[in-house]
Amino acid sequence: MEWIDIAVTLIKIVVLTFMVLLPMIAYSVWAERRVAAKIQNRVGPNRSGIPFTKIGLAGLGQPIADGLKFIFKEDFTPAHVRTGFFWLAPALTMVPALMTCAVIPFGSELNIAGYKVPLVIADLNVGPLFIFAIASLSVYGIVLAGWASNSKYPFLGGVRSTSQMISYEISLGLSIVPIIMIFGELNLTEIVKWQDSNGWLLLPLWGEGLSMQGWLLWIPVVISFVIFTVSMFAETNRLPFDLPECETELVAGYHTEYSSMKFALFFLGEYAAMIIGSGLAVTLFLGGWSLPFGIGSDLVDKPLWLGIAHFFSFIIKMVGFILFFIWVRWSLPRFRYDQLMRLGWVFFFEIALANVFLTAFILLFFNNR
Amino acid sequence: MAIVVKRPKLTFGEKIYLSSIFKGMMITMGHFWRALLGKGTVTMQYPEEKWDENLPEYYRGAPALVTDEQDRERCVACQLCEFICPPRAITIIPEEIPSDDKWAKVEKRPQQFEIDMIRCIYCGLCQEVCPEQAIFLRKDYAITGTSREEMVHDKSRLYEIGGVREGLVNKWNELK
Repeated sequence: MEWIDIAVTLIKIVVLTFMVLLPMIAYSVWAERRVAAKIQNRVGPNRSGIPFTKIGLAGLGQPIADGLKFIFKEDFTPAHVRTGFFWLAPALTMVPALMTCAVIPFGSELNIAGYKVPLVIADLNVGPLFIFAIASLSVYGIVLAGWASNSKYPFLGGVRSTSQMISYEISLGLSIVPIIMIFGELNLTEIVKWQDSNGWLLLPLWGEGLSMQGWLLWIPVVISFVIFTVSMFAETNRLPFDLPECETELVAGYHTEYSSMKFALFFLGEYAAMIIGSGLAVTLFLGGWSLPFGIGSDLVDKPLWLGIAHFFSFIIKMVGFILFFIWVRWSLPRFRYDQLMRLGWVFFFEIALANVFLTAFILLFFNNR
Repeated sequence: MAIVVKRPKLTFGEKIYLSSIFKGMMITMGHFWRALLGKGTVTMQYPEEKWDENLPEYYRGAPALVTDEQDRERCVACQLCEFICPPRAITIIPEEIPSDDKWAKVEKRPQQFEIDMIRCIYCGLCQEVCPEQAIFLRKDYAITGTSREEMVHDKSRLYEIGGVREGLVNKWNELK
């Protein structure tokens, strides 16, 4: 690897994580509050704009104000906690979420003066597996938080979170097996390239997607998509499945004893996981960075404008998916815990397993490639 | 005798919830778009928009002392309000009215009348118990200050809030 590649990778890490992902986390919190307010006929944060003026900018300064507030708040560690693990836990929820963004392709490639910069930090050949392997580490953060807090509500939250995340990890993993079988590929960049020329998995409207096999495969793909999305809600502890936090029963669940920036890390880690989850869903099912109807897919040398268009195409799809997450959160009530476990083990696990065989059947008997 | 609660028979469509989930999502979506178009939002932007004109007749704000038509302070320092005040916010030091005063026959008046607005719970018992109709709850609700001392309303401040009250008010019996 030449020095220029190392430099480009470093720049990509800084730009994609700190200038794309972190602001998206901050502003998804803002979007959550605004959308929630609109759904409940309220206004939401609309005042914090430019400091010392009355310009509100629809509350766009709110994430910055919130961040400052978190930094300047007292960082209180209760006397009854196990300090080492108590301090480790928030980092363990945030770090995996940020690490998984390494394999998400944010765009095709930027052609800067003949030097092609692929907009993915690490072009691994095991993309989805890497994401699952790292993302499931974040359960340790929650478990450690619940256990190290040494009090009953965090403990219950931690226990719930462990069983929930382990249960839904299975259906999450099984739901993308059909997808990987269809692509025959684990590299996320290649997966998106295939969808660029052959139709998005959920919208096979152009290229090879317009075939008997393509249409038949649509059935297992939709089943996979539903299971994947619901399991993603459970994995990120979002509302229909927010049993670990569950403010009506468990005060605040596993982060009851946390304050200031340590609490903020849990909070942001949850949103980061949500964004990465939406990114993965978009990459696998909605064609990642590709433009609809194969626009520009036949160009081998992608000009700069196309690279930029691809980047924004990905961001727009991701934002749409995040808004879907928010919409669901403020519409649906919470599951009871036994219903949650039943849904995971009795329905999704079996359906995902059957779906693998259905896909294999279609791939075997309707082979036209 | 135990009562057997009849469980409704759910059809398959109702059992898998999907139609109700879809309906619920459509309802929230409707609220979202209506609010986005500026309709249906019920929030009042407080310091700029106030609801003062619409405060009901029975609204209980800050308690205040009133004077009557002849500019006499109605309070005779009987201290009933001081005794009934649940959070003990009222402190009265009575004094005798000097015999050369125009209102010497009234005999007593408060020398000091203080209401600690940090303690006041706006219950209105002082107004209810006052035999002279001297203390009333006004509609002022934004009582603020930068120190504890500032939050104690003394006699002059109470009369300033209260102003002049003409005639008698039938507080309990509307027929009288």
